[in-house]
Amino acid sequence: MDLVALLAIQVVYAIASLALMSVGLAIIFGMMKVINLAHGEFLMLGGYAAIEANRFGLSIWVAMLIVAPIVVGVIGIIVERTIIRWLYGRMIDTMLATWGLSLFLVGLTTAIFGNTTVGLSAPLGSFEIGQYRTSAYTLFVIGVAIVVLGGVLAILRFTKLGLIARGTMQNANMAAALGVNPSRVYSITFGVGAALTGLAGAVVAPVSGIFPTIGAAYVAKCFITVIGGGASIVMGTAAASTLFGAVNQIATYVSTPVFGEVALLAAAIVLIRALPQGITGRFFRGSL
Amino acid sequence: MSARALNRLGLALVAVVGLAVLVLVPRLFDLDVVLNVTVYMIMAVLALSLALVWGFGGILCFGQSAFFGLGAYTYAIAMINIGESTAPLILAILVPATFAALLGYFIFYGRISDVYLGVITLTVTLILFNSINSTAGPEFHIGSAKLGGFNGVPGIPSLNVPFFKDWQIDLEGMFYLSTASLILTYFGLRALLASYFGRTIVGIRENEQRAQLLGYDPRIYKLATFTIGAALAGYAGCLFANWGNFVSPTIFGLAQSAQIIIWVIVGGRGTLIGPILGCVGIQWLTAALGANAPSGDAGWQALLGNVPLILGAILVAFVLLVPKGIVPTIGGLEALLIRPRAGASR
Amino acid sequence: MSVPLIETRGLGMRFGGVLAVRDVNFALGEGELRCLIGPNGAGKSTFFKMLTGQLKPTSGTVLLRGEDVTGAEPHDIARRGVGIKTQVPSVFDGLTVRENLWLAASRMHRGARVRAAVDAMLERVGLSAVASRLVGQLAHGQRQWVELGVVLSTDPDLVLLDEPAAGMTDQEVLRTVELVRYINKTKALIVVEHDMQFIRMIATKVTVFNQGAVLIEDNVEAIMHNPTVRDVYLGKQAAAA
Repeated sequence: MDLVALLAIQVVYAIASLALMSVGLAIIFGMMKVINLAHGEFLMLGGYAAIEANRFGLSIWVAMLIVAPIVVGVIGIIVERTIIRWLYGRMIDTMLATWGLSLFLVGLTTAIFGNTTVGLSAPLGSFEIGQYRTSAYTLFVIGVAIVVLGGVLAILRFTKLGLIARGTMQNANMAAALGVNPSRVYSITFGVGAALTGLAGAVVAPVSGIFPTIGAAYVAKCFITVIGGGASIVMGTAAASTLFGAVNQIATYVSTPVFGEVALLAAAIVLIRALPQGITGRFFRGSL
Repeated sequence: MSARALNRLGLALVAVVGLAVLVLVPRLFDLDVVLNVTVYMIMAVLALSLALVWGFGGILCFGQSAFFGLGAYTYAIAMINIGESTAPLILAILVPATFAALLGYFIFYGRISDVYLGVITLTVTLILFNSINSTAGPEFHIGSAKLGGFNGVPGIPSLNVPFFKDWQIDLEGMFYLSTASLILTYFGLRALLASYFGRTIVGIRENEQRAQLLGYDPRIYKLATFTIGAALAGYAGCLFANWGNFVSPTIFGLAQSAQIIIWVIVGGRGTLIGPILGCVGIQWLTAALGANAPSGDAGWQALLGNVPLILGAILVAFVLLVPKGIVPTIGGLEALLIRPRAGASR
Repeated sequence: MSVPLIETRGLGMRFGGVLAVRDVNFALGEGELRCLIGPNGAGKSTFFKMLTGQLKPTSGTVLLRGEDVTGAEPHDIARRGVGIKTQVPSVFDGLTVRENLWLAASRMHRGARVRAAVDAMLERVGLSAVASRLVGQLAHGQRQWVELGVVLSTDPDLVLLDEPAAGMTDQEVLRTVELVRYINKTKALIVVEHDMQFIRMIATKVTVFNQGAVLIEDNVEAIMHNPTVRDVYLGKQAAAA
């Protein structure tokens, strides 16, 4: 019974961390149709931002929840203004340019921080489930994921900013005719997507440690989640993360982490084959 | 000069340069230069495989290194088990080709779009990397060949003259084989692209809908192109395994995949000579930069020796500023000066 | 009564909540020329796409010479002799005029015959002078003719033309009329157009679409004088048939 509870927590954690790491990408891809292959590096930069801020004396909570998103958000806006903005509508070219950016960022962080893994000890200690101990931090991550996804949903649904963003994404010309500056909306959206990604990277950093090439481990998974999720940002990310996170974690538990990755990819290929528009292309249509 | 004549002149030029390299390099330079040129030739074959698949076929495969690596590993494992190189060489081509055929069937007949194809191929190569990387223990072996995990597979026996086990190829022989392979691949692809098949895949790349409406089934053409590209990459992988008599999982890595794409972009999509030049140029550049920066060095030297940094910057710069690549851009300028000619593949 | 060249029974297309085409019964004989008219959004292009296989109908059937081809792949239907000139010209912009025609002609011929066929088609559509130009760089009217040439090169029995006169000068329109008449000597045609002068010059029988369904089918003079058709174009009437 305790083992089941432990496993359940691990599965929920896998789902939550996948959702948290993917939602920024879902915003950028879902709203702007931009494939940001530097997504893994945004995660990585969030981790480094948090660790460095913490080293400078800021509390770990401030470092993770405030400094990291702001730093990566600003980087995101810079990237959008200098690179992405010239490539709208050219999907393949944005993939290539962001891949170049990804390499560049890896090189840059290696030069600045070196190659070794930097760690951050997970705060909050551990708690017991029967005869098993597990880290309480996983519960924190799950909580953050829920808050972030809920927040994004709320903003899109209930605020003026969300409405403007949705309108611009659907029809930029119309939005411009109504007085909205599409260019500004794109910048802000990319910045927000980057900020959320930075937040995710920071929050996940204590679990696995950070090194410059860690992005590679996540970028494929996040993309698969976003594409498998479909057009709806929040529902899609939630649905796809649930499916893939669960498959990944269960497969890992049953055999090895490598097999977990293989299972995730296999599930993704089957899903895209069956539902080429993603999950929310068929179910939960029209949701946010 | 008419378009046709210019075309023939270009071909003759390539043949002459190719033969010159083949004959002169071992005579004029010493062994370590020959060794370097050999790997440039091998990588150029790999570049041509993506030039075919992406430049002409329009299939953006982010995981061409998967087929390269499969070819290398297949050769290594088969060779260690069998000891005579005819079968391993054939397998090194067949295994990646079969894998590509299966993957391609799934992708093209499943109507998966370009964008997703890129992500799927990227993921496949990542999975191969992670899988092989974790096979370090002695329990991971195929027959008598240990997979070796992140340590790689050392001591791979070299190719021998078919069926004559004891006539193994030496370093100079590898140079001749690799250079000849590149020359043959170039002319072979030129012939393929001038054929009905080749012109059809270019049409499909240009406008898949119109190609369909004319009665061409794009799925089978893309599948064929993808498979041929994989076979070529696998062959390059086999050559590579012979070049260093060693192979490791980094061959499946993102860096390797990125490099191949960068060669084709910098050199020029839609050309064959472009990716060859892009490949040799970039390889030479990274070697030259890296050689001048001992690790731990600060300042400019370290920056220049930082391969991902430089390559990443080059990729971004090219996508933004020279999206067609060097050869087509020069060709475009040339066209402004000489009178316009019918668009032909280079 | 001989088997119609192409026939649809109860053909329908639903996109989510929108019924773009509903319950269309349509039949065209061999060598017949039909014009398809109707206001924007009436479902004409969607109807065409179902005939070519670009869209799979959500209901009903498409029969080509009595054979059910509903939902078949576009290249299969193309090989059975259906060609379409799309509303937005669909050609190989990065290739020359000659190369465009070559790709089409090489579906039917091999070797030297391909070159001969391409040269003949260049003459027929009047583009010999620009044979070596990239299609993407041609003027709009010329691109339409390239597309026409490409479609004709595969020698289809049924030619679908979606707004062939769009964006053309009067001169070009006349040339297109002449081309259409020439095509009709050996092939069946369905032409979608808005230009009433153009239709008057070529049409005998006209089918009027409105809101996804067939409103009325009659000869061209009767259609021109029909008040319902006029109202539908002026937007006065809501659902008609």
